[in-house]
Amino acid sequence: MTTQPGFALPRGAEKAPSRYYMATMTNAETSFDPEGAASGAQSHVHAFGVDQPLRLDGGVDLAPFEIAYQTYGDLNADKSNAVLICHALTGDQHAANAHPTTGKAGWWNHMVGPGRPIDTDKYFVICQNVIGGCLGTTGPTAINPATNEPYGLNFPVITIGDMVRAQAMLVDALGIEQLFCVAGGSMGGMQVLEWCASFPDKVFSAIPIATAARHSAQNIAFHEVGRQAIMADPNWQSGNYDGNDSYPSKGLAVARMAAHITYLSEAALHRKFGRNLQDRDSVTYGFEADFQIESYLRHQGFTFVDRFDANAYLFITRAMDYFDLAADHARRNGRDSGTLADAFRGTTTRFCVASFTSDWLYPTSESRQIVHALNAVAANVSFVEIESDKGHDAFLLDEPELFATISGFIGASARARGL
Amino acid sequence: MAAAMPSPPRATRADLVRIAELVSHGARVLDIGCGDGHLLEILRDERGVDGRGIELSQTGVNACVSRGLSVIQGDADTDLADYPDGAFDFVILSQTIQATQNPREVMTQMMRIGRRVIVSFPNFGHWKVRAHLVLRGRMPVTSSLAYQWWETPNIHLCTLADFTALCDLLGSDVESTIVMDSSGTARTQKGPPGWWANLTAEQAIFVLDCQ
Repeated sequence: MTTQPGFALPRGAEKAPSRYYMATMTNAETSFDPEGAASGAQSHVHAFGVDQPLRLDGGVDLAPFEIAYQTYGDLNADKSNAVLICHALTGDQHAANAHPTTGKAGWWNHMVGPGRPIDTDKYFVICQNVIGGCLGTTGPTAINPATNEPYGLNFPVITIGDMVRAQAMLVDALGIEQLFCVAGGSMGGMQVLEWCASFPDKVFSAIPIATAARHSAQNIAFHEVGRQAIMADPNWQSGNYDGNDSYPSKGLAVARMAAHITYLSEAALHRKFGRNLQDRDSVTYGFEADFQIESYLRHQGFTFVDRFDANAYLFITRAMDYFDLAADHARRNGRDSGTLADAFRGTTTRFCVASFTSDWLYPTSESRQIVHALNAVAANVSFVEIESDKGHDAFLLDEPELFATISGFIGASARARGL
Repeated sequence: MAAAMPSPPRATRADLVRIAELVSHGARVLDIGCGDGHLLEILRDERGVDGRGIELSQTGVNACVSRGLSVIQGDADTDLADYPDGAFDFVILSQTIQATQNPREVMTQMMRIGRRVIVSFPNFGHWKVRAHLVLRGRMPVTSSLAYQWWETPNIHLCTLADFTALCDLLGSDVESTIVMDSSGTARTQKGPPGWWANLTAEQAIFVLDCQ
């Protein structure tokens, strides 16, 4: 794998090939030391043995497995101040620390930290790499104990429910009976909703942001384009690329480019790039990156392949596609069908749902459906739509109105919890 | 916390003070059209209620949530149907019914989801309103109806007698009425108001028993 000389790394991009991480890891609670670490930030790793399998929605057990996670702040004596942060599709556990490979600030450092809305001076914050991920938690890059080879496509298909059950096992292992709050955006928001439906007694308050209770046809369609781009790359080799001589960089980069467009908005693209040309005064009558937007997207694609595994991208996008909380909840309870409200019936969790006006990937209408379902069970719910032209990505950015909302909600929840 | 900015001192609307007095301690309350959350804040801080709000304006909603109130953006005309029967001890509609598209449906929904319903509204039967129309031949503009006809959000104004008739139509039991004159002086009476109240009250609060 090569890095791209001449490019400045964008926010959240790192250079070390994450798919090697698992091979360097031992099976015990250990520190995390990825190849080429640029800073001292290390993740905890908790190992679950063969006697503690993760029962997957797909019907198989995953064992053994490991979860890599970060923590911030201190757990109080009665373990009542824990906040779980759930990351999005291409996020990781480094929510609020400098990334071990890039040295860049964490993906939610605006939201999480001392004096931030999720205040690490008051709360014990946990962020776990999801099951199926590629930054330390067991996923397709991990070694399959049955073959001593990386799982690759032999990794079992996982769901949002599986991710959350794995997280719950770690939360149990940390001795935390109830999380004060579970928060996340996009796929992280899906995990928040799943937590509330699957473990209602373990979630005191919940903040699902820029998310949906089921993946829309349009979103499945975009994911399918990304997956097909990866699979069309001859270096993908049915998922058996070795990571040294062959790696589906081009396919994964195209997948990232397509996805990245969906995270922005027309207004934001116009504001940032317009039709501006890249380092030239006129078009070249060729297929070089004449326009700044082309150069930007290529950069996003190229840098992404250095920090994300192609197979992990397939598995995690699949998990999002399969997410349909109403149907999942009904099936797990032995019913053919059910409403979204059924998934939340009897909940005592306090909810704060947030969306952004220019997010067309997870539009406000999706959040509103969640709110309607919560109202139908008379749940304690707040809902704000934040005015922003930054598209879906707004949940990661500096959005003062979002911070004011979350601060107010968490403060009120803390008073209700006696924190 | 960033949001814990102290709210500027506000004059509490006379009807909100009266409404807050009607709500029992620790009750479950839904405030429809809660604005910037003033009533919900009083109810939370002074009566320890479990309060929720619905507000049409997103600015109002965001202000409420950042102050720690449980409020959603929503429309009284369409969003009450989501709530289950008897979900709240009190459902409050203060100075809002005259701005709804379908007051009868809103009232029906409120009576379904609340054990008690509290409604306050400006009285279009007040003598000043009547005089304005009769003597000047113009749509009334008063302190409690402060809009010109072309810009008013108040599309379904009614008198105390009109509202009493709607309660009768819906089979609802008016438990008590608080009538307020322009000086803010309030008088509580059992049951619906009479003709004198309909002439002298600038606004009124109806308490309906829906159990």
